Amino acid sequence: MVTKQSNLAIVHFAALAIALLALPIANAGAGDVISPAPTFERQRAIVHLVRQDCGACHGMTLQGGLGPPLTPEALAEKPEEGLVATIRQGRPGTPMPPFAPFLSEDEARWIVERLKQGFSSE
Amino acid sequence: MDRRTPEAGLFQRMKRVALCLQVTLLFFGSAVAAHAHEPVGHDAVGATVSALPTGDLGVVIERATGSVLLVAHSQPRIIKRLEGLGDLSHASVVFSRDQRYAYLFGRDGALTQIDLLTQQVKKRVAQATNSIGGAVSSDGKLVVAQNYAPGGIKAFDAGTLALVAEIPALPGANGQPSKVVGLADLPGRRFAYALFDANALCLTDFSNLAQPETQCHLAGKQPYDGLVSNDGRFYLAGLFGEDGIAFYDDLYPERGVHKILAGYGRGEQPLPVYKMPHLRGWAIAGDLAFLPAIGRHEVLVVDTRTWQEVGRVAVKGQPVFAVARPDGREVWVNFAFPDNGWVQVIDRKTLAVTHTFSPGAAVLHLEFTPKGDQVWVSARDSNAVVVYDTATKTEVARLPAHAPSGIFFTYRAALFGR
Repeated sequence: MVTKQSNLAIVHFAALAIALLALPIANAGAGDVISPAPTFERQRAIVHLVRQDCGACHGMTLQGGLGPPLTPEALAEKPEEGLVATIRQGRPGTPMPPFAPFLSEDEARWIVERLKQGFSSE
Repeated sequence: MDRRTPEAGLFQRMKRVALCLQVTLLFFGSAVAAHAHEPVGHDAVGATVSALPTGDLGVVIERATGSVLLVAHSQPRIIKRLEGLGDLSHASVVFSRDQRYAYLFGRDGALTQIDLLTQQVKKRVAQATNSIGGAVSSDGKLVVAQNYAPGGIKAFDAGTLALVAEIPALPGANGQPSKVVGLADLPGRRFAYALFDANALCLTDFSNLAQPETQCHLAGKQPYDGLVSNDGRFYLAGLFGEDGIAFYDDLYPERGVHKILAGYGRGEQPLPVYKMPHLRGWAIAGDLAFLPAIGRHEVLVVDTRTWQEVGRVAVKGQPVFAVARPDGREVWVNFAFPDNGWVQVIDRKTLAVTHTFSPGAAVLHLEFTPKGDQVWVSARDSNAVVVYDTATKTEVARLPAHAPSGIFFTYRAALFGR
């Protein structure tokens, strides 16, 4: 009985993994551009930038400071494209500056995706 | 008088040195064992302590690890690391009047009282959910926290940290109490501060704790920080949302709040600001005040007799701190990302930049020794506090620290607004 259940779990896991792997390909088939993930080295630099330099206003734990919180709950209702634009172009009338000189469109999207999941601390 | 024989006295002394060595080793490890001459005693609860004169001490924030370093500045050195202090990103410290206690304000709203004599945390209270700093009243009796959330200020008994008064901030456009910035102590039990979301400059008088009095004035768009002059007279709040600085003269309170340096940007498109300048500790050197231009890579120079601009100094980036050496002859400046690897020195007489150097990666703060013979510089991404001789501009020490940010020496206890 126990063995059967864990086998079932493995099958489920494998199916999920295949589905996840297939996802970007399916999307690409639908005409979207696959945003390449930054290299490992670059990811670390971006995480550092978000924690330390975005953190100057949003707090190092991203719970908010002079700037609003960037937690998954705070961002849940906000569309991804708008957040990418905010990172790249800033928000006029607020202290949010444009980070386009330091972050590509793909990198900004990578940050938004991670922020919505709960940002890495490493 | 000591009636012991010289031999007995020597034996006593040796015993004391041995005990001291043992305690020092126990506390701090072998690196600082050379300082075995420090007196050893027992604190009120009987624990053995190696007491140091607190006038020589300071606190360095290790922002990423929730720890602080207790340091001494006559011989630059680390005495002890205290850990488990919560979220210390943007943490700041003020000191009790007697320079025994450091009050640490954490981003997570915790207020921690550190006893510099016993080198231990004495008390810790969760007083808000997002805090940014504080100040001590001129009589030393109150320590006041300025909070982002819930927006407002709270006054605590400086000895026990018991809450004694609470002033919620006026609401901003979203209806929530505004974030409080730029809290500074004024003469009397009074404090000045500004409201980022409510565009106001406020004064609170805690003389009567049962009935504190608060007066607010419209100040201008989005005040982001404030400072008080060294004599506790002039309070200035920098504005993010417009070119200008809100100004209040405590010698003439009836004149209220008005703007100085209005339109300093001359209508030019401001440059992006990747980190807000910090005004606390900004430079007032003799008759001149050195103030940051928001969105300009310039330091504005203002005559404090007229509060008119008398000069501008072009610098490497958006200034964050500009701190006058205590003798007022130089102003040291650091910068916002991406120019945060630089420090520049402005000469007070010529208003020229005389030195430009790079102490390390991500320079976050500068703190002078009491009379300015040395300056400590925190380089976050180099994990170091770098100490310079200010006369020769040479590095004299480099202390290891985890992502250091604010550096605070106890002599601040005797200064307004620090």
